[in-house]
Amino acid sequence: MSPLLYLLAFGYGLGRGMEVEGVSYLEFVIPGIIALTAMTTSFNSAGMKLNVDRLFYKCFDEILMAPVSPLSLILGKSLIGVLRGLIVSLVFLIIGIAISPMKVSPLFILPLLLTCFTFSFMGVLAALLAKSHQDMATFSSLVLLPMTFLGGTFFSSSQLPQALKVILYIIPLTHSSQCLRAVTLGQPFPWLSLLAIVGFGLAFFVGCVMVLRRASV
Amino acid sequence: MIIIEKLTKVYGEVRAVKKLNLEVYSGEIFGFLGPNGAGKTTTLRILTTLTKPTSGCVWIKGFDVITQPLQVKGEFGVVQQHLSLDRELTVWENMELHARLHHIGGVERRRRIAELLDYVELSQYANQIVENLSGGMKRRLMIARALIHRPKLLFLDEPTVGLDAQTRRRLWELIRRMNLDGATVFLTTHYIEEAEALCHRVGIIYQGQLIALGSPLELRQQVGMTTVETLSDNKDPDYHYFSDRAAATAYVQSLPPEVKTITTRDSNLEDVFVELTGRKVGDD
Repeated sequence: MSPLLYLLAFGYGLGRGMEVEGVSYLEFVIPGIIALTAMTTSFNSAGMKLNVDRLFYKCFDEILMAPVSPLSLILGKSLIGVLRGLIVSLVFLIIGIAISPMKVSPLFILPLLLTCFTFSFMGVLAALLAKSHQDMATFSSLVLLPMTFLGGTFFSSSQLPQALKVILYIIPLTHSSQCLRAVTLGQPFPWLSLLAIVGFGLAFFVGCVMVLRRASV
Repeated sequence: MIIIEKLTKVYGEVRAVKKLNLEVYSGEIFGFLGPNGAGKTTTLRILTTLTKPTSGCVWIKGFDVITQPLQVKGEFGVVQQHLSLDRELTVWENMELHARLHHIGGVERRRRIAELLDYVELSQYANQIVENLSGGMKRRLMIARALIHRPKLLFLDEPTVGLDAQTRRRLWELIRRMNLDGATVFLTTHYIEEAEALCHRVGIIYQGQLIALGSPLELRQQVGMTTVETLSDNKDPDYHYFSDRAAATAYVQSLPPEVKTITTRDSNLEDVFVELTGRKVGDD
């Protein structure tokens, strides 16, 4: 629901008649909202479910006691986020294509898939570190919410001063938005941003492994 | 089956388990008895690879729990103290998930699930959502789930806590049956009667240390087979232990008239615990 609200509020409301980087604001904002959708859906699907399994149902211990390696376990727990993130993003992509002309090539899928993996790993990491359900809500408020508005979804980083650009580029969502936007607007593909998404994903994955190994045998 | 050497677990300032040495033999029902906070669950979490010890060694069926966790995990089944089922799934789906985690293939998986649900008398509830089951049924499902990979060692953490007397006795029967079918059972409990009714040997843990070890009979013999409990005005009860009834009777006859209430009975593991620690198992 929130991507549609963002589309209505920013795409049709605030951005009507506006142009950014030589295209209509609607064309500019849709790939950003798809990246944002991939982020929130993947994070919530992987993280919230694990958080509930761990702290409420307490059935995560059962999985920890099964003969499954930490790598398989983290991948398995993340895949639900990846799958849901992809499905919801693709549904929104279809809506986007219906309301605004967009170029979509197979290259669109690669950053989208990597975005889903990266934020699923982030969700799993947050859920493994959380000591209560409140911790997950706090994490969302302190990390996801700022990323939502600063991650290059709603405005172009080219409009910002250099110091602020640096902050934007340490946010994984910025790179996802740039990759998806480059494909849909037919701009040169930012391979460095794709590499950054992979880097963030790997960092979160390694973080998950370390947290699991630190806690249990 | 299990060898524990100098096992220690420290949480900040708290030493939950202190240099614990213990051996659990194949084929026995071993009871780990102690009050809440004594270190039972911490020990169990270390044995089941959920918690890293601060120091010490543990071997299960010859595998080192610290360095060979994947091999160890295939050797035991666990029934935790709290309900640890996925309550949004059905009875069958919970079994299915666990069987897959233990790499049990298609036909064999379905056969074992059907067999185990029958074993714990839950076949007719196979398609029920777990949330809708009673406490005793959930506990039986946890036992069935723990048996899916046919482990020879079962860890039961307070298996009957919160259950009514009838369900508890039904579970005791199930535990005895599993033991007769070849499983070594390691159970933690703070119920004296549970340890006495089920266990071949009992280890009493208090403040992280093993303070007594033996069969229930041996432990009772250590303090005396007969207990005389006396109560005077405005005082806590006093316990006196005797090797037999005759010695206890002679003592009772020698008591002064101020002693208002006198109870002579067989000693139990509670008396062993009181004698060794000066407090009752249920005291927190």
